[in-house]
Amino acid sequence: MVAYVVRRFLLAILTTLAISVLSFVIIHLPPGDYVTSYISSMSASGSAVSEGEALALREQLGLDQPVTVQYMKWMGLMLQGNFGMAMEWGRPVTDVIGDRLTLTVVISLAAIVFTWAVALPIGIYSAVYRYSFLDYVFTFVGFVGLAIPGFLLALIVMYVGFAYFGANVGGLFSPEYVEADWSWAKAWDLVKHLPIPAIVLGVSGTAQLIRIMRSNLLDELRKPYVTTARARGLPEYRVIMRYPVRVALNPFVSTIGYLLPYVVSGSIIVSLVLSLPTVGPLLLKALIAQDMFLAGTIVLLLGVLTVIGTFISDLLLMWVDPRIRLGRQ
Amino acid sequence: MADRPLATVPAAPDAGGAAEQRIAVATQWQLMWWRFRKHKLAVGGTLVLVAFYVVALFADFFAYCDPQESDAQRSLIAPQSIHWLDEGRFAPHVYALKGTRDPVTFKRVYVPDPERKVPVRLFGRGEPYEFLGFIPMERRLFSVEGAKASETLFLVGTDTQGRDVWSRLMYATRTSMTIGLVSVALSLVLGVVLGGISGYFGGVIDNVIQRVIEILRSIPTIPLWMGLAAALPSDWSVIQVYFAITIIISLIGWTELARVVRGRFISLKEEDFVMAAELVGCSKSRIIFRHMVPSFVSHIIAATTLAIPAIIISETSLSFLGLGLRPPAISWGVLLQDAQNIQALVISPWLLIPSVAVIVAVLAFNFMGDGIRDAADPYL
Repeated sequence: MVAYVVRRFLLAILTTLAISVLSFVIIHLPPGDYVTSYISSMSASGSAVSEGEALALREQLGLDQPVTVQYMKWMGLMLQGNFGMAMEWGRPVTDVIGDRLTLTVVISLAAIVFTWAVALPIGIYSAVYRYSFLDYVFTFVGFVGLAIPGFLLALIVMYVGFAYFGANVGGLFSPEYVEADWSWAKAWDLVKHLPIPAIVLGVSGTAQLIRIMRSNLLDELRKPYVTTARARGLPEYRVIMRYPVRVALNPFVSTIGYLLPYVVSGSIIVSLVLSLPTVGPLLLKALIAQDMFLAGTIVLLLGVLTVIGTFISDLLLMWVDPRIRLGRQ
Repeated sequence: MADRPLATVPAAPDAGGAAEQRIAVATQWQLMWWRFRKHKLAVGGTLVLVAFYVVALFADFFAYCDPQESDAQRSLIAPQSIHWLDEGRFAPHVYALKGTRDPVTFKRVYVPDPERKVPVRLFGRGEPYEFLGFIPMERRLFSVEGAKASETLFLVGTDTQGRDVWSRLMYATRTSMTIGLVSVALSLVLGVVLGGISGYFGGVIDNVIQRVIEILRSIPTIPLWMGLAAALPSDWSVIQVYFAITIIISLIGWTELARVVRGRFISLKEEDFVMAAELVGCSKSRIIFRHMVPSFVSHIIAATTLAIPAIIISETSLSFLGLGLRPPAISWGVLLQDAQNIQALVISPWLLIPSVAVIVAVLAFNFMGDGIRDAADPYL
């Protein structure tokens, strides 16, 4: 068990490092650096930046040193929780990102809760009543759900909301709460706005999980112990729920590790369409303005959060699956 | 899918011994084809895909005007309706449109003029183009008589800049459907090589490659893609961006293919026929390429087919955000950029039509891939 936790932990650290390198690459890929794009945007708006000013800016940002030194310096700052300045905004990155990152987490979690809450019962139903009418319906809906990219679904939902109900279904808060400080009323308002983004975001994951759950459970239901249980006269509900479902649940839990990056990833683009105040729109704006520093930081933070989530789900798996807990794996 | 009834090899009882004999001598590919044929959805999906690729190949023929030709005087025209009959005789035509401004809202409105009929011809002569890029031709799927198609025919309307959506859709199909193929080819090379090494040699190499895959899979892909795509120099040509995007997408997309290949290698390594080949002294490369690879080519094909839809969705999403292919390139994602503004979409819903193409293509690939997978391995 200890070995399992240690291995997972090491993997999480490695992943974080890989993500940090990738984020750093993103920051440094574009030709020129922030200062060049800053100068060009300043001269476009009519005010010139002198050589001296540019040099000072470069020095301040450490842009004049070799790449490896810059990386180490950057990582050092990151570890101290100093994420630097969002240059375009002239404010610390943490200020700009803070709330939005929290909301990204909230939406992703809501999507995962939705995915589980829907996929589990439907998966069980589809397996138990295989080839029934509803099973076919779910299979079909699942296929379509898989085929519609998240942003398209978001567009369609927005369109339907606008064209047929005359309501803007985007956003996470009612207008009066957007600028308000956090309070119970605001939190409740958030909860009321959550279902649509959560459903839009969760649909394709749900479609996948239903199929996984269905085939897992079907494999279990064929096994002799199920027949034995039935032969001994256990009520059908217990025959199914007591063991087969629990066994089928294991691979189901382990997929959360893949579900999380998928959902976080999807939340970025869905947020743009539904205009949700998550890091998604911010990331796009930063990328278009070539504020790669902010963009890289966002990618890094998203990645790290995903790693933490995955690690937690690994621990969860340990709790669910005795084989791991007892150190067989 | 594990649960589909095992598509038993067609041992139809009525055909009796003859059928059994046929099965006994059939090649592996014939058996697969028989099983695949039974999967109606998969066959349907395949037909749809063939149609899509025909459009991709002959996009100039299916389009009826230049996809880039814009004119502010023709912006946001709604799809026209085709009138099939003219005074009782079959003569498809559309009414010419007259653009005016609504005096109240100042919006451009288009009024069909029943007096001016524009005959529509199938396989008629249209504007000249180069068929397949080198054969000069004039025939197009649709053309109009006595007028320029770009000025009179709007089968599914026009976009904000007055470009014809139908013609643009045809060219977009070419881009989006091929980007899937090119990108999956790259992923395939990476996946087969790395997955093969991982599965065949095992040990430390296997461990390293598996960890790399795990790391790649636990990174949220879209932000990463966005970052990489945004870093592409803005002065790159359409072709350069096209290949850069395919590379970016396949660099992360190969992991699933590698997983499948590795799994097959590991399970085949234990098979008797591999052992036999080793005992008679076959070289490593002969064992791999003559004995092992042929027995799981079908699985690779299935996994590849199932990987394409994800790639198409990725490209569409990136281009939709304005970070993938950029105009003047035309792809489904680029077309859908016009649909970003929800107010515009409510007024002109036909801008959402490219999304139908995306969904149908992705569904078709999924069905076909599922069919191939079931056909390749009845025990899976």
